Amino acid sequence: MSDLVGRVTNLLAEYAASIDENRLEDWVELFAEAGSYRVVPRENHDQGLPVPLILCRNKKMIRDRIKALRNANEYNLHHDLHIIGAPRVVVISPTECSVRASYVVYQTTLEGQSRLFSVGRYEDRVQVTDDRLRFLEKLVVVDSFSVPTLLATPL
Amino acid sequence: MNGITEGQERPVPKVDWPRADYSRVPFWLYHDPAIYEAEQERIFKGPAWSYVGLEAEIPNPGDFRTTMIGATPVIFNRAMDGSVHCVVNRCGHRGAQVRREPRGNAKEHICIYHRWCFAPDGTLTGLPFRRGVKGKGGMGPDFDMADHGLRKLRVASRNGVVFATFSDAAETLEEYLGPVFLQHIDRIFAKPVRVLGYQRQRIFGNWKLYPENQRDTYHGSLLHEFQSTFGISRATQQGGVTMDARHRHNLTWARSATDDEAEFQALYKADNVHDSSLRLEDPGMLRFHDEWGDGISIAICGLFPTTTIHQISNSLAMRQIRTFGPGEFEILWTLFGYADDTEAMTQHRLDQSNMVGPAGLISMEDGEAIEITHRAIQGEPAACAVIEMGGAGPIHDLNHRVTDMPVRGFWSYYAELMGFEPPGAVR
Repeated sequence: MSDLVGRVTNLLAEYAASIDENRLEDWVELFAEAGSYRVVPRENHDQGLPVPLILCRNKKMIRDRIKALRNANEYNLHHDLHIIGAPRVVVISPTECSVRASYVVYQTTLEGQSRLFSVGRYEDRVQVTDDRLRFLEKLVVVDSFSVPTLLATPL
Repeated sequence: MNGITEGQERPVPKVDWPRADYSRVPFWLYHDPAIYEAEQERIFKGPAWSYVGLEAEIPNPGDFRTTMIGATPVIFNRAMDGSVHCVVNRCGHRGAQVRREPRGNAKEHICIYHRWCFAPDGTLTGLPFRRGVKGKGGMGPDFDMADHGLRKLRVASRNGVVFATFSDAAETLEEYLGPVFLQHIDRIFAKPVRVLGYQRQRIFGNWKLYPENQRDTYHGSLLHEFQSTFGISRATQQGGVTMDARHRHNLTWARSATDDEAEFQALYKADNVHDSSLRLEDPGMLRFHDEWGDGISIAICGLFPTTTIHQISNSLAMRQIRTFGPGEFEILWTLFGYADDTEAMTQHRLDQSNMVGPAGLISMEDGEAIEITHRAIQGEPAACAVIEMGGAGPIHDLNHRVTDMPVRGFWSYYAELMGFEPPGAVR
């Protein structure tokens, strides 16, 4: 179990680094082939309302989102910085675990001005194999759902 | 008279309009605190009608939601007899915010400060120690409960879309909207709707930049490359802009698949806009189901001052603006479908919600466009925005979207309500 917690912690650290270092194509590869990525405002989540901020129901949609960001979208020029809290890991089966962790994301402009951009939590299902861990499901519940400016790079 | 009187309005700054057709708009109008203050009185509390919510959000007696009209907090709720009311969310006593939760169900609204109690229609129904305690204290003999309720607004609903106004002198909602916009509301709200959820976006810019953005159809296929690339909206499609007689509201509309792919590619390449070979691996969200039978795949309906009803393919939403000073506003997006939607249709609308809102593939850019404008126009009292795409002079409907003429319509009605139209103003 402690080995699994260590591996999950590494997965989350790589998750944060791939976004913060603008390696979004590497970020996509942290998802399993059947993986999904959803970003949901807490006000909807708590009321059982289905509207997301971002909804990628499969890996193709995750890739499309990044392709659009790279090629079609304009957004505020910034660096992201993720701080992810200690994960709570629950084993579901020999090949799957659930992970819950809080996150904080700061954004910094290219002029060096930082602001708190988003806080919330991850509720993930993670696929466990001998060689690597990957996200089967990543749900981001956003407490700061009055999104400042806009949401382009993944949370 | 209400116990809390509205402050005496300070004089509105004078505006020296360079042109009477509003093709030049001084940049200082977006930054000046005195202008912002006057807008609250003359626009948001003036004779305009503001959208406050959908009846579908408060289906049961006692259901309430708190929202804002401009900067003023209001409660939008349904009384026990089923009637819908909108009242200012500010205690008739000391001015505290009475209802703090964003939503809920209650027979009455009680201010936590001194426990004054109000009915859903704003009537003050009770206050503790009114007649004193053991013969001591209490309100004076001339205190009349009828004078200290929550301020009541005029409310009107069109097919379950609820609007409110502070003004007794305002025309009726039907007159205010006019036939084109009544018909559009009737088109979108022909059937009972179901709210699917909310999105919010906090933009650090002046609120007027948003209704302008909604009326500037020129930027649509240029800034939002996703929508031109995938044929959601292109200047080459059949479309246009339609306004009301006063040119204060605007409906931008288009029909998908009415242009030629090669013609589009050639034009956008020739004008050095973009040459995208982007393809989606999962193109499901690009599909358009013609639910209305009129082929219209884009309908952005901007109602003065700050309401938008959007139909982007099969994504449906109300957008409402709340202001937080001259340099900050929030857009609240209420996304909905129809009560009789199949599960597959609901899923399709949710897939298409990827295109709208603060993370929307065809809307995220607006937040950035507004902020870079707001930042760069600061401290330029003499300089102006240029608004003459589609021609200057008279304001009129067009059967194309290579225009920002409806932006001038917005300014013409804005200047009229603010009381600073230029001599010979175009209306």
